[in-house]
Amino acid sequence: MDRLVFLLGTGLARGAVLALFALALVLIWRGARVINFAQGAMAVVSTYVAFEVTALTGSYWLGLLAALVSGGVLGFAVERGVMRFASPRSPLSGVILAIGLVMVLQSALGIAFGPDYRPMRVPFDDSAVLVGGVPLLSPYDLFVLVTAVVVMVVLAVLFRWTSLGLQMRAAAFAPEVSRLLGVRVSRTVTLGWVLSSVVGSLAALLLVPTSLGLNPHATDSLFVLGFTVAVVGGLDSPVGALVGGVVVGVAMSLVTGYLGAGLVPIAVLGLLVLVLLLRPAGLFAAAAARHA
Amino acid sequence: MTALLEVRGLTVGYGGAPVLRDVDLDVPAGSIVALVGANGAGKTTLLRTLSALVPATHGTVRLAGRDLAAVSVEDRVRSGLAHVPEGRGVVAELTVDENLRLGGLWRGADRREAIAEVYALFEPLARRRNHAGHQLSGGERQMLALGRALVARPTVLLLDEPSLGLAPRVVAQIMGVLRGLADRTGLTVLLAEQNVVGALSVADHGVVLGLGEVVASRPAHELAADERLRHAYLGF
Ligand SMILES: Nc1ncnc2c1ncn2[C@@H]1O[C@H](COP(=O)(O)OP(=O)(O)OP(=O)(O)O)[C@@H](O)[C@H]1O
Ligand SMILES: [Mg+2]
Repeated sequence: MDRLVFLLGTGLARGAVLALFALALVLIWRGARVINFAQGAMAVVSTYVAFEVTALTGSYWLGLLAALVSGGVLGFAVERGVMRFASPRSPLSGVILAIGLVMVLQSALGIAFGPDYRPMRVPFDDSAVLVGGVPLLSPYDLFVLVTAVVVMVVLAVLFRWTSLGLQMRAAAFAPEVSRLLGVRVSRTVTLGWVLSSVVGSLAALLLVPTSLGLNPHATDSLFVLGFTVAVVGGLDSPVGALVGGVVVGVAMSLVTGYLGAGLVPIAVLGLLVLVLLLRPAGLFAAAAARHA
Repeated sequence: MTALLEVRGLTVGYGGAPVLRDVDLDVPAGSIVALVGANGAGKTTLLRTLSALVPATHGTVRLAGRDLAAVSVEDRVRSGLAHVPEGRGVVAELTVDENLRLGGLWRGADRREAIAEVYALFEPLARRRNHAGHQLSGGERQMLALGRALVARPTVLLLDEPSLGLAPRVVAQIMGVLRGLADRTGLTVLLAEQNVVGALSVADHGVVLGLGEVVASRPAHELAADERLRHAYLGF
């Protein structure tokens, strides 16, 4: 029982990170109809920035800030410098540009920093806190959870209740009509990339300290899992990303705890296949909207 | 007196042969001008060119004397030109209220008031504020599209086939609203329609497009009475 509670707690924290990363993919998909295969590589770049800033200043928090800022700058640069040139007529061209970008970024990181795993430290204890004798979450898990929830709430408020959010949603669904109404669609698309890249960077920064360490490929599995979560939840659905993240995170934690870590990839793949068979558009895909 | 919206020598093509040739058009302030013509005559193309969605090869468009050549799509609505596109362009995923707010994005404090006016004008919308666009009937969608354009408080309204697919009663209601707005508020309307009878019945002036050229431009009641023209270009 104790073990179950502990596994659920850690699974929840892990799931929150996956949800954030999936949310970043959903943001781009909704805004630009591109699956950003470069999101993991972009996030690892900003995590290196954080690593270096923390090493220089000794402050984890300055590193975190640097990750967010560099993530935003990278999102801007990638949209304006690369993705804007993807042909709107061919969905593949965006994917190919993104994959090219992954190779460029990861090679550049390899040249600059080498392939070694660099452990990242966080100013939190990572042993579980006992509540009534039951091991629950570690303080770091709690920090991850709270951060993820705060980011999600901020994004929900932005999209639901602000004029900017309304413009971003409208531009994503109906770009031409939005332009006729005065929405500067080219700007909202760029903003979508910036936001998404910031969120993706945050997810990577939260994840890497709990993994082997920082390496140019440190986010490869995060991308695969985050992508699975986004597909399971429905690429168009932010709520799907959240629920999908939690489901996959908890499932991974339970499989690891009871069956062994080796089975995790198979379990995740099984989940993906199951969902694609039963609900190809994802668990939270909106009922197909009538367009007219 | 020069017209509020003044088009001169407009020529437009999609790469091949021009779809519009040397079109002149005047829409005087406070009037409704019907733009009629068969399928493929170029009505939609003309409206899209006025909104800068399609570039013109030649010619000028002036709004209240100002040349719009350098004004982008997004800025045309800010300068007073609202466009309800063919197919209405209701954002299906957004609610009625969100669609209306979108219409007045860049307006200031008077947006609320403008939205309230639209709800007063179109009763059915007021009862469906929180319904998604895709839950509306065709008539409600047209009301929403028209209402959304009105929230911007345009000086000139471009309407592309508002009657398409609607029951005659709904068409009459929408045409009535347009006439009322033109008379009460001085709204200026360029109305592209295949529904020639309906359009000419509310319009002050009619312009007939035939294969991309203006073949007639006369007071609406004269056009409606001209049998030769009706047979040749309007098919009834
Ligand atoms: N995007 C486009 N690319 C190439 N040709 C086009 C395009 N849009 C329209 N055309 C052509 O331009 C001509 C005029 O089309 P347009 O849509 O303006 O006509 P319309 O008068 O609005 O017709 P309808 O009453 O059927 O809506 C047609 O011959 C059409 O095939
Ligand atoms: Mg048309």
